[in-house]
Amino acid sequence: MTADVIDHLAGVAPGSPLDGLRRRRPAAREHAQCSFDALFAPGSETEVTLVERDAVAAFVAGLHRDDPAVRFYAERLAELAPRLADTVRAETAAGLTTGPYGIDPALPADGAEGLRYRVRNPGALGVRLTAAFEHTHLLVFRPREASREALGALVKAGWSTTGIVTLSQLVAFLSFQIRVAAGLRLLGRTGVAA
Amino acid sequence: MSGFTLERLGWAPWLAPLSAEELTDEHHEALVDRARAASPYFLLLARDPHVLQARTHTDNDIFHNTDGGLPRAERELAATATSRRNGCVFCASVHARFAAHYAKRPDDVRRLLDEGVHAPQDGRWRAIIDASVAVAATPGELGAAHVEALRAAGLDDLAISDVIHAAAFFNWANRLMLSLGEPVKEDQ
Repeated sequence: MTADVIDHLAGVAPGSPLDGLRRRRPAAREHAQCSFDALFAPGSETEVTLVERDAVAAFVAGLHRDDPAVRFYAERLAELAPRLADTVRAETAAGLTTGPYGIDPALPADGAEGLRYRVRNPGALGVRLTAAFEHTHLLVFRPREASREALGALVKAGWSTTGIVTLSQLVAFLSFQIRVAAGLRLLGRTGVAA
Repeated sequence: MSGFTLERLGWAPWLAPLSAEELTDEHHEALVDRARAASPYFLLLARDPHVLQARTHTDNDIFHNTDGGLPRAERELAATATSRRNGCVFCASVHARFAAHYAKRPDDVRRLLDEGVHAPQDGRWRAIIDASVAVAATPGELGAAHVEALRAAGLDDLAISDVIHAAAFFNWANRLMLSLGEPVKEDQ
Protein backbone atom coordinates (compact mmCIF):
# COMPACT_ATOMS: atom_id res chain seq x y z
CA MET A 1 0.00 0.00 0.00
CA THR A 2 1.56 3.28 -1.15
CA ALA A 3 1.17 6.46 0.90
CA ASP A 4 -1.34 8.85 -0.67
CA VAL A 5 0.52 10.31 -3.63
CA ILE A 6 -1.57 13.49 -4.00
CA ASP A 7 -0.98 14.25 -0.31
CA HIS A 8 2.74 13.74 -0.91
CA LEU A 9 2.86 15.92 -4.05
CA ALA A 10 0.72 18.68 -2.52
CA GLY A 11 2.41 18.60 0.90
CA VAL A 12 -0.81 17.75 2.75
CA ALA A 13 -0.06 16.99 6.42
CA PRO A 14 -2.37 14.65 8.35
CA GLY A 15 -4.92 16.62 10.34
CA SER A 16 -4.19 19.88 8.48
CA PRO A 17 -7.00 22.05 7.04
CA LEU A 18 -6.09 20.80 3.54
CA ASP A 19 -6.38 17.22 4.77
CA GLY A 20 -9.81 18.12 6.14
CA LEU A 21 -10.86 19.50 2.75
CA ARG A 22 -9.76 16.35 0.94
CA ARG A 23 -11.69 14.18 3.39
CA ARG A 24 -14.93 16.01 2.51
CA ARG A 25 -14.64 14.15 -0.83
CA PRO A 26 -13.56 10.78 0.58
CA ALA A 27 -14.30 8.63 -2.49
CA ALA A 28 -12.45 11.03 -4.79
CA ARG A 29 -9.46 10.96 -2.41
CA GLU A 30 -9.49 7.16 -2.10
CA HIS A 31 -10.04 6.41 -5.78
CA ALA A 32 -7.53 8.90 -7.13
CA GLN A 33 -5.04 6.79 -5.15
CA CYS A 34 -6.63 3.53 -6.39
CA SER A 35 -6.14 4.84 -9.94
CA PHE A 36 -2.47 5.46 -9.20
CA ASP A 37 -2.14 1.96 -7.71
CA ALA A 38 -3.88 0.32 -10.68
CA LEU A 39 -1.52 2.10 -13.09
CA PHE A 40 1.75 1.90 -11.15
CA ALA A 41 1.39 -1.34 -9.19
CA PRO A 42 -0.48 -3.32 -11.87
CA GLY A 43 -1.51 -6.93 -11.39
CA SER A 44 0.03 -7.78 -14.74
CA GLU A 45 2.76 -6.32 -16.96
CA THR A 46 1.60 -8.27 -20.02
CA GLU A 47 0.30 -5.25 -21.92
CA VAL A 48 2.48 -2.44 -20.52
CA THR A 49 5.63 -3.07 -18.46
CA LEU A 50 6.39 -1.23 -15.25
CA VAL A 51 9.47 0.35 -16.85
CA GLU A 52 7.29 1.65 -19.70
CA ARG A 53 4.77 3.06 -17.21
CA ASP A 54 7.44 4.80 -15.15
CA ALA A 55 9.25 6.14 -18.22
CA VAL A 56 6.06 7.67 -19.64
CA ALA A 57 5.17 9.08 -16.19
CA ALA A 58 8.58 10.72 -15.79
CA PHE A 59 8.12 12.27 -19.25
CA VAL A 60 4.59 13.54 -18.46
CA ALA A 61 5.68 15.04 -15.13
CA GLY A 62 8.70 16.65 -16.80
CA LEU A 63 6.53 18.22 -19.51
CA HIS A 64 4.30 19.71 -16.78
CA ARG A 65 7.39 21.23 -15.06
CA ASP A 66 5.81 20.59 -11.68
CA ASP A 67 8.78 20.11 -9.35
CA PRO A 68 7.32 17.70 -6.77
CA ALA A 69 5.83 15.52 -9.54
CA VAL A 70 9.06 15.68 -11.56
CA ARG A 71 11.05 14.50 -8.52
CA PHE A 72 8.56 11.79 -7.58
CA TYR A 73 8.32 10.17 -11.01
CA ALA A 74 12.00 10.68 -11.90
CA GLU A 75 13.00 8.87 -8.71
CA ARG A 76 10.71 5.95 -9.48
CA LEU A 77 12.23 5.58 -12.94
CA ALA A 78 15.83 6.06 -11.74
CA GLU A 79 15.35 3.22 -9.28
CA LEU A 80 14.03 0.88 -11.95
CA ALA A 81 16.06 1.91 -15.01
CA PRO A 82 18.80 4.50 -14.29
CA ARG A 83 20.12 4.72 -17.86
CA LEU A 84 16.64 5.16 -19.28
CA ALA A 85 16.11 7.99 -16.77
CA ASP A 86 18.90 9.98 -18.46
CA THR A 87 17.33 9.42 -21.88
CA VAL A 88 13.92 10.54 -20.58
CA ARG A 89 15.46 13.69 -19.12
CA ALA A 90 16.95 14.59 -22.51
CA GLU A 91 13.67 13.86 -24.33
CA THR A 92 11.77 15.98 -21.81
CA ALA A 93 14.08 18.94 -22.41
CA ALA A 94 13.44 18.57 -26.17
CA GLY A 95 9.67 18.40 -25.66
CA LEU A 96 9.11 21.42 -23.38
CA THR A 97 6.50 23.89 -24.60
CA THR A 98 3.20 25.40 -23.41
CA GLY A 99 -0.29 24.12 -24.22
CA PRO A 100 -2.96 23.28 -25.01
CA TYR A 101 -2.70 23.99 -28.72
CA GLY A 102 -3.42 22.26 -32.02
CA ILE A 103 -5.51 22.46 -35.16
CA ASP A 104 -8.83 20.64 -35.43
CA PRO A 105 -10.41 21.24 -38.85
CA ALA A 106 -13.84 21.02 -37.15
CA LEU A 107 -12.90 24.01 -34.92
CA PRO A 108 -11.40 26.50 -37.38
CA ALA A 109 -11.91 29.54 -35.14
CA ASP A 110 -9.73 28.11 -32.36
CA GLY A 111 -6.62 26.68 -33.92
CA ALA A 112 -3.12 27.39 -32.65
CA GLU A 113 0.08 25.95 -34.07
CA GLY A 114 2.73 24.45 -31.83
CA LEU A 115 5.47 21.87 -31.51
CA ARG A 116 4.80 18.45 -33.03
CA TYR A 117 7.46 16.65 -31.04
CA ARG A 118 9.43 13.75 -32.46
CA VAL A 119 11.66 11.60 -30.26
CA ARG A 120 15.33 12.69 -30.48
CA ASN A 121 16.94 9.38 -29.65
CA PRO A 122 14.71 6.52 -30.81
CA GLY A 123 17.62 4.10 -30.48
CA ALA A 124 17.83 4.66 -26.72
CA LEU A 125 14.05 4.50 -26.16
CA GLY A 126 13.31 1.54 -28.42
CA VAL A 127 10.41 1.15 -30.85
CA ARG A 128 7.55 0.86 -28.33
CA LEU A 129 8.59 3.75 -26.10
CA THR A 130 9.42 5.96 -29.09
CA ALA A 131 5.84 5.61 -30.32
CA ALA A 132 4.52 5.99 -26.77
CA PHE A 133 6.46 9.22 -26.12
CA GLU A 134 5.28 10.83 -29.34
CA HIS A 135 1.70 9.89 -28.48
CA THR A 136 2.15 11.11 -24.91
CA HIS A 137 3.36 14.51 -26.08
CA LEU A 138 0.32 14.72 -28.37
CA LEU A 139 -2.02 13.89 -25.46
CA VAL A 140 -0.37 16.34 -23.07
CA PHE A 141 -0.17 19.38 -25.39
CA ARG A 142 -2.46 19.01 -28.40
CA PRO A 143 -5.14 16.43 -27.56
CA ARG A 144 -7.48 17.96 -30.18
CA GLU A 145 -5.07 16.65 -32.85
CA ALA A 146 -5.47 13.06 -31.69
CA SER A 147 -6.48 10.78 -34.55
CA ARG A 148 -7.05 7.25 -35.75
CA GLU A 149 -3.65 7.53 -37.47
CA ALA A 150 -1.93 8.37 -34.17
CA LEU A 151 -3.32 5.15 -32.68
CA GLY A 152 -2.17 3.36 -35.84
CA ALA A 153 1.41 4.44 -35.08
CA LEU A 154 1.16 2.79 -31.65
CA VAL A 155 -0.26 -0.40 -33.16
CA LYS A 156 2.58 -0.48 -35.68
CA ALA A 157 5.08 -0.18 -32.81
CA GLY A 158 3.63 -3.26 -31.15
CA TRP A 159 1.02 -1.79 -28.78
CA SER A 160 -2.09 -3.94 -28.28
CA THR A 161 -5.57 -2.42 -28.04
CA THR A 162 -5.60 -3.00 -24.28
CA GLY A 163 -2.07 -1.61 -23.98
CA ILE A 164 -3.17 1.57 -25.76
CA VAL A 165 -6.10 1.95 -23.35
CA THR A 166 -3.75 1.62 -20.37
CA LEU A 167 -1.19 4.04 -21.85
CA SER A 168 -3.95 6.59 -22.58
CA GLN A 169 -5.35 6.23 -19.05
CA LEU A 170 -1.88 6.68 -17.59
CA VAL A 171 -1.19 9.96 -19.41
CA ALA A 172 -4.74 11.24 -18.84
CA PHE A 173 -4.70 10.28 -15.14
CA LEU A 174 -1.39 12.06 -14.57
CA SER A 175 -2.87 15.14 -16.27
CA PHE A 176 -5.46 15.03 -13.48
CA GLN A 177 -3.22 14.08 -10.56
CA ILE A 178 -0.57 16.72 -11.24
CA ARG A 179 -3.24 19.44 -11.57
CA VAL A 180 -5.06 18.46 -8.37
CA ALA A 181 -1.81 18.36 -6.39
CA ALA A 182 -0.67 21.73 -7.78
CA GLY A 183 -4.07 23.26 -7.02
CA LEU A 184 -4.12 21.95 -3.45
CA ARG A 185 -0.54 23.13 -2.90
CA LEU A 186 -1.58 26.61 -4.06
CA LEU A 187 -4.66 26.55 -1.85
CA GLY A 188 -2.46 25.60 1.09
CA ARG A 189 -0.13 28.52 0.36
CA THR A 190 -2.97 31.02 0.17
CA GLY A 191 -4.26 29.85 3.57
CA VAL A 192 -7.10 27.39 4.13
CA ALA A 193 -9.42 28.09 7.05
CA ALA A 194 -9.24 25.36 9.68
CA MET B 1 -18.94 16.86 -36.98
CA SER B 2 -18.25 20.55 -36.84
CA GLY B 3 -18.14 23.04 -33.99
CA PHE B 4 -19.24 23.11 -30.34
CA THR B 5 -22.89 22.32 -29.73
CA LEU B 6 -25.43 21.77 -26.98
CA GLU B 7 -27.00 19.02 -29.09
CA ARG B 8 -26.78 15.41 -27.97
CA LEU B 9 -23.95 13.63 -29.79
CA GLY B 10 -22.86 10.05 -30.19
CA TRP B 11 -19.26 8.84 -29.91
CA ALA B 12 -17.60 6.23 -32.12
CA PRO B 13 -14.46 4.45 -30.91
CA TRP B 14 -11.35 4.05 -33.07
CA LEU B 15 -10.40 0.83 -31.23
CA ALA B 16 -12.54 -2.23 -30.55
CA PRO B 17 -14.48 -2.05 -27.26
CA LEU B 18 -15.18 -5.28 -25.39
CA SER B 19 -18.26 -7.09 -26.66
CA ALA B 20 -21.16 -8.02 -24.38
CA GLU B 21 -19.96 -11.66 -24.50
CA GLU B 22 -16.49 -10.70 -23.26
CA LEU B 23 -17.76 -9.00 -20.10
CA THR B 24 -16.94 -10.83 -16.86
CA ASP B 25 -18.11 -9.96 -13.35
CA GLU B 26 -14.91 -7.97 -12.94
CA HIS B 27 -15.79 -5.84 -15.98
CA HIS B 28 -19.35 -5.27 -14.74
CA GLU B 29 -17.96 -4.17 -11.39
CA ALA B 30 -15.57 -1.81 -13.18
CA LEU B 31 -18.42 -0.25 -15.15
CA VAL B 32 -20.04 0.58 -11.74
CA ASP B 33 -23.32 1.75 -13.26
CA ARG B 34 -24.91 -0.99 -15.43
CA ALA B 35 -26.17 1.58 -17.94
CA ARG B 36 -22.54 2.20 -18.83
CA ALA B 37 -22.36 -1.32 -20.32
CA ALA B 38 -24.24 0.10 -23.32
CA SER B 39 -21.59 2.77 -23.99
CA PRO B 40 -18.78 2.01 -26.47
CA TYR B 41 -16.58 4.49 -24.56
CA PHE B 42 -16.88 2.68 -21.24
CA LEU B 43 -16.70 -0.74 -22.95
CA LEU B 44 -13.39 0.32 -24.48
CA LEU B 45 -12.05 1.62 -21.15
CA ALA B 46 -13.20 -1.67 -19.54
CA ARG B 47 -10.17 -3.29 -21.21
CA ASP B 48 -8.29 -2.01 -18.13
CA PRO B 49 -11.03 -2.63 -15.55
CA HIS B 50 -9.16 -1.60 -12.40
CA VAL B 51 -8.32 1.85 -13.71
CA LEU B 52 -11.84 2.32 -15.09
CA GLN B 53 -13.44 1.41 -11.77
CA ALA B 54 -11.26 3.79 -9.76
CA ARG B 55 -11.78 6.52 -12.34
CA THR B 56 -15.57 6.15 -12.22
CA HIS B 57 -15.69 6.43 -8.42
CA THR B 58 -13.41 9.49 -8.56
CA ASP B 59 -15.65 11.09 -11.19
CA ASN B 60 -18.86 10.41 -9.23
CA ASP B 61 -17.58 11.91 -5.99
CA ILE B 62 -16.16 15.03 -7.65
CA PHE B 63 -19.41 15.77 -9.49
CA HIS B 64 -22.16 14.25 -7.34
CA ASN B 65 -21.06 14.61 -3.69
CA THR B 66 -23.66 16.98 -2.24
CA ASP B 67 -21.90 17.64 1.08
CA GLY B 68 -21.34 21.40 0.70
CA GLY B 69 -18.88 23.02 -1.64
CA LEU B 70 -19.64 24.10 -5.20
CA PRO B 71 -23.18 23.70 -6.56
CA ARG B 72 -23.49 20.98 -9.22
CA ALA B 73 -24.22 23.60 -11.91
CA GLU B 74 -20.82 25.20 -11.36
CA ARG B 75 -18.94 21.89 -11.22
CA GLU B 76 -20.47 21.28 -14.66
CA LEU B 77 -19.47 24.79 -15.72
CA ALA B 78 -15.83 24.02 -14.83
CA ALA B 79 -16.09 20.77 -16.84
CA THR B 80 -17.57 22.66 -19.81
CA ALA B 81 -14.97 25.45 -19.75
CA THR B 82 -12.15 22.89 -19.53
CA SER B 83 -13.57 20.90 -22.45
CA ARG B 84 -14.04 24.10 -24.47
CA ARG B 85 -10.43 25.08 -23.87
CA ASN B 86 -9.03 21.62 -24.67
CA GLY B 87 -11.18 21.31 -27.79
CA CYS B 88 -13.31 18.34 -26.71
CA VAL B 89 -16.59 18.80 -28.58
CA PHE B 90 -18.18 15.65 -27.14
CA CYS B 91 -17.41 16.37 -23.45
CA ALA B 92 -18.38 20.01 -23.92
CA SER B 93 -21.79 19.07 -25.32
CA VAL B 94 -22.60 16.67 -22.46
CA HIS B 95 -21.50 18.99 -19.68
CA ALA B 96 -22.84 22.16 -21.28
CA ARG B 97 -26.28 20.53 -21.20
CA PHE B 98 -25.81 19.68 -17.52
CA ALA B 99 -24.57 23.19 -16.72
CA ALA B 100 -27.45 24.80 -18.64
CA HIS B 101 -29.96 22.52 -16.92
CA TYR B 102 -28.74 22.89 -13.33
CA ALA B 103 -27.99 26.62 -13.58
CA LYS B 104 -31.08 27.34 -15.73
CA ARG B 105 -28.82 29.62 -17.79
CA PRO B 106 -28.76 28.12 -21.31
CA ASP B 107 -27.88 31.44 -22.97
CA ASP B 108 -24.75 31.93 -20.87
CA VAL B 109 -23.66 28.35 -21.53
CA ARG B 110 -24.32 28.71 -25.26
CA ARG B 111 -22.20 31.88 -25.31
CA LEU B 112 -19.34 29.96 -23.65
CA LEU B 113 -19.55 27.30 -26.39
CA ASP B 114 -20.08 29.70 -29.32
CA GLU B 115 -17.65 32.48 -28.44
CA GLY B 116 -15.22 30.62 -26.21
CA VAL B 117 -13.82 30.86 -22.72
CA HIS B 118 -13.24 34.63 -22.96
CA ALA B 119 -16.87 35.47 -23.83
CA PRO B 120 -18.51 37.84 -21.30
CA GLN B 121 -20.01 36.21 -18.17
CA ASP B 122 -21.05 37.47 -14.75
CA GLY B 123 -18.36 37.81 -12.07
CA ARG B 124 -18.81 34.44 -10.40
CA TRP B 125 -18.86 32.48 -13.68
CA ARG B 126 -15.91 34.59 -14.92
CA ALA B 127 -13.85 33.51 -11.89
CA ILE B 128 -14.76 29.81 -12.31
CA ILE B 129 -14.09 29.81 -16.07
CA ASP B 130 -10.77 31.67 -15.69
CA ALA B 131 -9.62 29.24 -13.00
CA SER B 132 -10.61 26.26 -15.17
CA VAL B 133 -8.71 27.66 -18.16
CA ALA B 134 -5.63 28.20 -15.97
CA VAL B 135 -5.89 24.60 -14.71
CA ALA B 136 -6.05 23.36 -18.34
CA ALA B 137 -2.72 24.99 -19.23
CA THR B 138 0.47 22.90 -19.37
CA PRO B 139 2.46 23.88 -17.35
CA GLY B 140 -0.34 24.88 -14.98
CA GLU B 141 -1.17 28.58 -14.72
CA LEU B 142 -3.47 28.60 -11.71
CA GLY B 143 -2.19 31.24 -9.31
CA ALA B 144 -3.02 33.17 -6.15
CA ALA B 145 -4.96 35.76 -8.18
CA HIS B 146 -7.37 33.06 -9.39
CA VAL B 147 -7.93 31.88 -5.81
CA GLU B 148 -8.50 35.49 -4.71
CA ALA B 149 -11.05 36.01 -7.51
CA LEU B 150 -12.89 32.83 -6.52
CA ARG B 151 -12.98 33.92 -2.86
CA ALA B 152 -14.18 37.39 -3.88
CA ALA B 153 -16.97 35.70 -5.89
CA GLY B 154 -18.16 34.01 -2.69
CA LEU B 155 -16.56 30.56 -2.96
CA ASP B 156 -15.31 28.97 0.27
CA ASP B 157 -12.27 26.68 0.45
CA LEU B 158 -14.27 23.51 -0.30
CA ALA B 159 -15.93 25.16 -3.30
CA ILE B 160 -12.54 26.30 -4.62
CA SER B 161 -11.21 22.76 -4.14
CA ASP B 162 -14.26 21.52 -6.09
CA VAL B 163 -13.43 23.90 -8.99
CA ILE B 164 -9.87 22.55 -9.03
CA HIS B 165 -11.03 18.92 -8.95
CA ALA B 166 -13.79 19.33 -11.57
CA ALA B 167 -11.44 21.17 -13.94
CA ALA B 168 -8.56 18.74 -13.31
CA PHE B 169 -10.85 15.76 -13.85
CA PHE B 170 -11.79 17.00 -17.31
CA ASN B 171 -8.13 17.13 -18.24
CA TRP B 172 -8.34 13.37 -17.67
CA ALA B 173 -11.69 12.87 -19.45
CA ASN B 174 -10.99 15.13 -22.46
CA ARG B 175 -7.75 13.31 -23.27
CA LEU B 176 -9.51 9.94 -23.38
CA MET B 177 -12.55 11.13 -25.35
CA LEU B 178 -10.43 13.04 -27.86
CA SER B 179 -7.86 10.34 -28.47
CA LEU B 180 -9.78 7.04 -28.46
CA GLY B 181 -12.63 7.95 -30.83
CA GLU B 182 -14.69 10.80 -32.21
CA PRO B 183 -18.08 12.49 -31.83
CA VAL B 184 -20.75 11.55 -34.36
CA LYS B 185 -24.35 12.56 -34.96
CA GLU B 186 -26.34 10.58 -32.43
CA ASP B 187 -28.29 8.48 -34.92
CA GLN B 188 -25.10 7.22 -36.64
